[in-house]
Amino acid sequence: MLKTTPLHSRTAALMQASQWRRWAGYAVASAYEMTHDREYFAIRNACVLLDVSPLCKYRIKGTEALKFLNRLVTRDVSKIAVGSMLYTPWCDSRGKIIDDGTIAHLGENYYRLTSAEPNLRWLQDNALGMQVEIEDVSEQIATLSVQGPRSRELLMTLCNAPLGALKYYDFVETKIAGTQVMISRTGYTGDLGFELWVDGLQAEPLWDAIIEAGHAFALQPAGIWALDVSRIEAGLIMLDIDYTPGNKAMTDAQTSTPLELGLNWAISWKKGNFVGRKALLSEKEQGSQSILVGLEIDHKEFERQHHALGLTVPYPFIAWRAVIPLYADGKQVGYATSGVWSPTLKKYIAFGHVQPAHAEPGRIVTIDLTVDRFRRPFNAKVTKLPFFNPPRKKDTL
Amino acid sequence: MSNSNKYDAIVIGGGHNGLVNAAYLAKAGKKVLVLEQRHTVGGATVTEEVYPGFKFLIASYLISLLRPDVIQDLELARHGLEIMPLESTFVPLPDGNYLADWPDHEATRHEIERHSKRDAEAYDEYARTMKRLAIALRPLLDMIPPDPTSVTAKDLETMARVRGVLNGMTRDDFYLLSRLMTMSAGDFLDEWFEGAALKGTKCTSGIIGSFVGPRSPGSGYILLHHYIGEIDGTFRAWGFARGGTGGLSQSIASAAREAGVEIKTNSAVAQVNIKNGEAIGVTLKNGDEYAAGIIVSNADAKRTFLKLVDKQHLPDEFVSDVNRFRIASPACKVNLALDGLPEFTAMPRGKEALLRGSIEIAPSMDYVEQAYDDAKYGGWSKKPFMDALIPSLLDPGMAPPGKHVMSLFVQYASSDLEGGWNEEKKAQFLDLVIDTLAEHAPNLKDIIIHKHIMTPWDLERMIGLTSGHIFHGELALQQLFFLRPSPQWSNYRTPIKNMYMCGSSTHPGGCITGAPGRNAALAILEDRP
Repeated sequence: MLKTTPLHSRTAALMQASQWRRWAGYAVASAYEMTHDREYFAIRNACVLLDVSPLCKYRIKGTEALKFLNRLVTRDVSKIAVGSMLYTPWCDSRGKIIDDGTIAHLGENYYRLTSAEPNLRWLQDNALGMQVEIEDVSEQIATLSVQGPRSRELLMTLCNAPLGALKYYDFVETKIAGTQVMISRTGYTGDLGFELWVDGLQAEPLWDAIIEAGHAFALQPAGIWALDVSRIEAGLIMLDIDYTPGNKAMTDAQTSTPLELGLNWAISWKKGNFVGRKALLSEKEQGSQSILVGLEIDHKEFERQHHALGLTVPYPFIAWRAVIPLYADGKQVGYATSGVWSPTLKKYIAFGHVQPAHAEPGRIVTIDLTVDRFRRPFNAKVTKLPFFNPPRKKDTL
Repeated sequence: MSNSNKYDAIVIGGGHNGLVNAAYLAKAGKKVLVLEQRHTVGGATVTEEVYPGFKFLIASYLISLLRPDVIQDLELARHGLEIMPLESTFVPLPDGNYLADWPDHEATRHEIERHSKRDAEAYDEYARTMKRLAIALRPLLDMIPPDPTSVTAKDLETMARVRGVLNGMTRDDFYLLSRLMTMSAGDFLDEWFEGAALKGTKCTSGIIGSFVGPRSPGSGYILLHHYIGEIDGTFRAWGFARGGTGGLSQSIASAAREAGVEIKTNSAVAQVNIKNGEAIGVTLKNGDEYAAGIIVSNADAKRTFLKLVDKQHLPDEFVSDVNRFRIASPACKVNLALDGLPEFTAMPRGKEALLRGSIEIAPSMDYVEQAYDDAKYGGWSKKPFMDALIPSLLDPGMAPPGKHVMSLFVQYASSDLEGGWNEEKKAQFLDLVIDTLAEHAPNLKDIIIHKHIMTPWDLERMIGLTSGHIFHGELALQQLFFLRPSPQWSNYRTPIKNMYMCGSSTHPGGCITGAPGRNAALAILEDRP
């Protein structure tokens, strides 16, 4: 049986179209409405409420918690004070990325790490001999994500926490509807947004309170389809889609390193040794085999070819997740992994993993798309990521 | 005149087409000035905070036909344009029933089936047919109309492209198109459907903004015109711009400014200065003068050639063409500030999401035709047709939290109202509109905080639309394509050298398309690269 999240009673009541999907073994909504259009536009225009409880969560405590984390992940965890979080990938000894997530500094020698996949064994194996306790709290903590330009106003009507001043990647403890909740200025949409971390048993009243207050802010419950469009616009990668975890990959070609995924900024070379450092350092010196880039696919031509056949254009409104080869000069130079029509940018955007010689913004590669019954090459222009990065993502009041 | 008053091009009027035109000219390297009479740009594409906190769509309200080329060429998304699709239509019926159009095909079929199983099947084929015609005709929108009587290389080439468009259609579609162009929307819909409600809501596309009824010949074309609209590839789709239509104007203005366009507001043009048959500049009402080698008018044809240009510079036949250009308008715009949401008696429980789409008061074709009949002799409809929308449900920034704004496009109330419009008649008609809507939503009157009406005369007085016509002249067959606004002068050029038109009086006509603005820029750049 597929598991359900602590909010299932609420999400199931909203579901109009039986559009469930799996996320880490849990049933979550793809879209509550027939299509995800409204849910997507609410992310960019109003606000949405997402149940992201399937995230894996680990409580990490002990005198050597910091030492452990700094050995595990690529970023320098000593840089975050209590009340702050950071995003980081972590790797195996070959420098291949295993997973990526956030670390919250909850208290002295006390952290919480999130991941996309279960990581308990990986964490325990890397903590051997250290004074650290690792507890899987995935099922105890529910996570609600409130995202969108009006999310801050909405949450400010519900609690006294100084959310106006809360900086990107900081968090506060507060109460909403009598429930203790931690609110972090984080999300997976590239927009202004917050994640609420709450005891799973208290999740339902919290959800209800947000829905109720949300009426005045055009709050829309949203599912994964809408989230997927916004995360691609925001240039955010996804495990199993844009990279295969190093410990799951069957061949080297399936693996990726943080350098290949454009996460150079998330590697701290100065903090001392960490898993994969040596391999990453040598990659840094010798150059990466591929680079993650943005692609803008020539949608005008895609449209023209359909209209020439008297066909309407099949816009990729739902993000595709597939490995599609990219070519230049008749040779394969990489592959794309995620693509979608951006309703905000009016562009057909995708993630490409290309050889460094083709990673320069403005370079053209080609991608095969199907027109009617035939595959045809279309130009795709290399661009920088993210595609969409509004100032409100990080601003404070 | 100082050098600072000299430009390559001056655009008279900062409506959306004027701004598009200016942006294209500036991107081609011209030094461009836009002169707008009001305090803000946008013309009829404007959002106004008439009452504090409540943003009203005092003129245009939805976007559909905005050319994808314009969005991409001017990078409007980067300049803040966001269009949210309006996904449903809700038509409350007098018997307490309703008809709804959903974003999901199957869901819509099920709704139509409740009224007629036959219509539900016909609807699929109807939608496909209209889609095919729309795809086929789409290239014509972006074309500078040719003169079919001319044998210049340019006109012959464009005529060949027109023939190419028509040749590309199947024989059956071509015949269908010929019939649709010449018949009424009503007759056309009768051929497809039996349900009164379905025909009622479908026929409204054939009369929007036009002083015709669904039974008037020519309304068939208007129906098709609206089907050519698209949002992200979905034809006959309407969208709401964040911040209202004014949000769209601001994004075009931002793109124009970035391209180097100078925009002066509170700068009403009094006349176009003409010397030896050539336009050389403009004089403002305050006496300021600006010079340019290219003068483009975003104003409608009547206002441009009967008010801004001295008749002595124009050929007689052109003046009489402009004179007889049909521009009587039937449309009013009502905005309501609300203390809550209207509760429609016909709204099924659990389907309140329908409030976020269009709400149409058009229960049958006869209702709409009767509304036209009431107004046709200088009057107004006793039961008007309305296309309503609650913008604050789509963009919460349109009203204070917990409050709402409602936009009502209302037809028919004649611009040639007997005795003319005055404050008393405005109040009377506004009450009638509210009474009509309240028959479907009984709580309406209790939640109204403010009410506001723009009659055709207000649209003329404030925005400068002659007769308040939202399309700058009817989309009637006799004034379309190479006949718009006048034969020989349908290619954005005018009888005055160096003077051009870029407003909706030119091809392809009204709605927020940006096409006249863009096409005119292409024509200008052909002459003055």
